[in-house]
Amino acid sequence: MIGLNHFLVLGAVMFCISVAGIFLNRKNVLILLMAIELMLLAVNMNFVAFSRFLGNTDGQVFVFFILTVAAAEAAIGLAILVVLFRNRETINVEELDSLKG
Amino acid sequence: MFEASELIPLLPEMIVLTMACVILIVDLYISDQRRGIIQILSLATLIFAALATLRVHDGESIIETQRLLSGTFVRDQMGDVLKLFVYLVMGMVFVYAKTYLRDRNLYKGEFFVLCLFGTLGMMVMISAGSMLSLYLGLELLALSTYALVAMDRNNPMASESAMKYFVLGALASGMLLYGMSMIYGATGSLDLLAIQASVADAADSVVLAFGLTFIVVGLAFKFGAVPFHMWVPDVYQGSPTAVTLFISSAPKLAAFALAIRLLSDGLIGQLQNWQLMLVLLSVASLAIGNVVAIAQTNIKRMLAYSTVSHVGFIFLGILAGTEAGFEAAMFYAIVYSMMSVGAFAVVIVVSRAGFEAENLEDYKGLAQRSPWLALMMMMILASLAGFPPFVGFFAKLQVVKAAVEADLVWLAVVSVVFAVIGAFYYLRVIKLMYMDEPDTPEPVTTGSDVGAVLSANGLVQLALGIFPGPLIALCAAAFQG
Repeated sequence: MIGLNHFLVLGAVMFCISVAGIFLNRKNVLILLMAIELMLLAVNMNFVAFSRFLGNTDGQVFVFFILTVAAAEAAIGLAILVVLFRNRETINVEELDSLKG
Repeated sequence: MFEASELIPLLPEMIVLTMACVILIVDLYISDQRRGIIQILSLATLIFAALATLRVHDGESIIETQRLLSGTFVRDQMGDVLKLFVYLVMGMVFVYAKTYLRDRNLYKGEFFVLCLFGTLGMMVMISAGSMLSLYLGLELLALSTYALVAMDRNNPMASESAMKYFVLGALASGMLLYGMSMIYGATGSLDLLAIQASVADAADSVVLAFGLTFIVVGLAFKFGAVPFHMWVPDVYQGSPTAVTLFISSAPKLAAFALAIRLLSDGLIGQLQNWQLMLVLLSVASLAIGNVVAIAQTNIKRMLAYSTVSHVGFIFLGILAGTEAGFEAAMFYAIVYSMMSVGAFAVVIVVSRAGFEAENLEDYKGLAQRSPWLALMMMMILASLAGFPPFVGFFAKLQVVKAAVEADLVWLAVVSVVFAVIGAFYYLRVIKLMYMDEPDTPEPVTTGSDVGAVLSANGLVQLALGIFPGPLIALCAAAFQG
């Protein structure tokens, strides 16, 4: 029987993978964007699981909003990525170091 | 049940939303020479929104708290006061930004439209009654700011800082959301009042404590508190100064509202747990912010670290967890947003086409070049440093008093020590302006509108410092009952 805990663990694992993806990745900005999407999906997993096991639909409504916001966020993220590539001709995370101090 | 009369208190939000859309379309049909219309329309939007916010008051000094749209929207005294100051600060941003944007070929409708959408996001956050509306307001603000930072499309520094801001901002939103999902799981509700009620019953829940931790981390990211401050200096330095003006000012008011809605309205029952976390964040912000600012040679970066240290002071008020503490933090947030907008306005005024006055050396001998401008900058910096009789002193005094009343005397002492250390780098700029010889004798020129608003901005630091009563009363009324 799959219970609430299984879903929460799955959500936590996805969340950890995405945070690790953001902090460990030193090569490609695109992977950062993927990690951010994964993080939002981990949250959605939590909300849906809680919603199902609490018998309360508020969480599922929240998920719809998160999905919409995630789409808008991806659009802006990719737009910034395009501008960045035009100006710097690189999307390597390690080379984005002109601001320091 | 939904009734049409519920929409009346939402009038300010509707005005801002409609006008932002109208301005977006009007901008298409306007030639570059007549772009001033957009600025006037944006300022008019803020004035109408302010009138709408005041109108619902109906002459009463304190409005009753109303919960509308199934509790997702709250209209209360705190929200109204914060919104009025958001309009005020945004109006100043629009006035100051004009020449800077025009000189850099950025004077386009997008700046104003994105700023107005950001304002709308702040208003939704300030009035949020459930975690859903809080999140939506936060994202509306955040997405507008990411786009604003990247607005100067040919500037490699701006696009780099936009990317950093985007990734860390999205990470912060993710943390906050993860925390919200845990709170939802522990309490079974998204409504902040319902959460408050069930948190009071559930004494020690692991899920709740877990969620609370993530919420505080997300909040700290949004505020820019140490150790989640890495984006602040990069974004302040990299973005066009007109955008820095925006990011550094009004969103602090919204972030304060976010903290109050979540920690005070929703999770006050967990005060013991979040107080300790805020103490750590506050001490770290005060220490790192003030000490690292001393090492900066770029004034935008220096002011960024100064923001970090001021966030430490705002947290000092919030973490007291008492009404007096929230009042003091609100006073601090309002005063800080006005000081910050003034300081960056001077950076804008000293810059001109093809020259960014970013380095501290650019302010050498400013008192000889433009005595009035230097005087305004001195008043704002003295207020930021917290010298009496300027208003920054009262803001610091109040949060420190709140911390002492909450039996955190050691924290109050630490904050005062770091405030003294921090006074050094503000004084250094004042010394450069007044005691050094300028590199060029030519005076700094400004338009009369910018000059008038900047003078008011500087003088208000002194006026509020001598008569802080009205603003203190406004903040006190926000947390009564």
